[in-house]
Amino acid sequence: MSQLSTRHLLGIKDISENDIQLIFETADNFKDVLNRPIKKVPSLRDITIANIFFENSTRTRLSFELAEKRLSADVINFSSSNSSVKKGETLIDTVNNILSMKVDMVVMRHASPGAPHFLSKNIQANVVNAGDGTHEHPTQALLDAFSIREKLGDVAGKKVAIIGDILHSRVALSNIFCLQKLGAEVMVCGPITLLPKHIDSLGVKVEYDVQKALEWCDVANVLRIQLERQQIKYFPSLREYSLYFGINKKMLDRLGKKIVIMHPGPINRGVEMNSDVADGEHSIILQQVENGVAIRMAVLYLLAGAK
Amino acid sequence: MQKRLVLDQQQIAIILKRFCHQLIENHDTFENTVLLGLQPRGPIVLDKIVRLLEEIAGVKVPFGYLDATFHRDDFRRRDFPLKANETKIDFLIEGKKVVLIDDVLYKGRSVRAALDAMIAFGRPQKVELMILIDRKYTRDYPIMPDYCGVKVNTLESQYVSVEWVEKGFEKDAIWITEKA
Repeated sequence: MSQLSTRHLLGIKDISENDIQLIFETADNFKDVLNRPIKKVPSLRDITIANIFFENSTRTRLSFELAEKRLSADVINFSSSNSSVKKGETLIDTVNNILSMKVDMVVMRHASPGAPHFLSKNIQANVVNAGDGTHEHPTQALLDAFSIREKLGDVAGKKVAIIGDILHSRVALSNIFCLQKLGAEVMVCGPITLLPKHIDSLGVKVEYDVQKALEWCDVANVLRIQLERQQIKYFPSLREYSLYFGINKKMLDRLGKKIVIMHPGPINRGVEMNSDVADGEHSIILQQVENGVAIRMAVLYLLAGAK
Repeated sequence: MQKRLVLDQQQIAIILKRFCHQLIENHDTFENTVLLGLQPRGPIVLDKIVRLLEEIAGVKVPFGYLDATFHRDDFRRRDFPLKANETKIDFLIEGKKVVLIDDVLYKGRSVRAALDAMIAFGRPQKVELMILIDRKYTRDYPIMPDYCGVKVNTLESQYVSVEWVEKGFEKDAIWITEKA
């Protein structure tokens, strides 16, 4: 099949393993396109895409915009900080106004979990979730799994530890769904206050000792402490967090095996990992960014191509 | 289902040999020539041509596979997008003589897309088209082959099926069949 089972990409939870494999196979071809002297294809030349960002974003917005431009789509960008949202306009009104300008697809980031689901039920355009609150960030999970597949050959059977602020992370949840659908074993590791209650009901292992997590895994996906989402103190200080959960090169050297280090960005150097880890031989952080464009091209191409 | 044989294994072999001699005649030492097989079915013909050229003239001509899926003009006009195939071109075609190779020429739309896709690898000096089967009077674009195996009369209700030993068939053969 060369068709996704859905018109929208709202979360990894809603798509099948076949969908993920189709996105990967399509992204392989787009990665090849991105390495050519001319990196652009005309596939989406009659498609208009609105990037609607109600929350700050650097790499996701740039990555989506670049993917859209590489596919020759017309792109309009919207961010809530300089828009009528500040004047009290509702989400559906804002989006309908944008859609009346004949937009075919909407890429949206929103602080409220479920916002893209709500949107998809109320508008005709295809919706791509670029992060909804602490819920899901499907394209990040796809590019993470794609990067593991590229580095290790396959995702199935691999052990992946997600380390850090799991409670506030949409990347963690999407990663858990994606990696499990592809047959990987997943562990979460972090301070007990930053692990959601009943997280083990998702079928993941839970570990509180980061060195043990590193010893167990083939891949460590390290997450940022999301201070902007924390209304209360979950740990005494960043210094203490770094001491107990930060990863440095000595810890990796002690393992006696090579593991892959990932991070969805932005990195707080010296907090969740030191520079010698982020820039070290184990790290595929920049490959993740590169793969992000190919994955997003694949998602947009497959969604736009379905009637 | 009605089925009519157009070319059998021996006839295909004769045509491929003729193609090679025509290429040798036109491209001499092949020092500035590259061959590109159009995915998904052109690479099989291309591989045979590459092998035969080495046998007949002792030349190793650079070759690659070109996929034009992302350059097609029927995106969003199908029920779902076509799945792309591998593009494998390890050289630039800037200033080269390019021979595009495919099995069947029908509407000419795939070749148009391929010309578009090819430009991503540079500006060629010249482009030629090699086709095993030319379906007459079916063209939507002004595209004609430079090297042609046979021209056949076909109806819209028919399609040309190409069978290769490499694809698990007993013998190489090309048929015209009625669409189901």
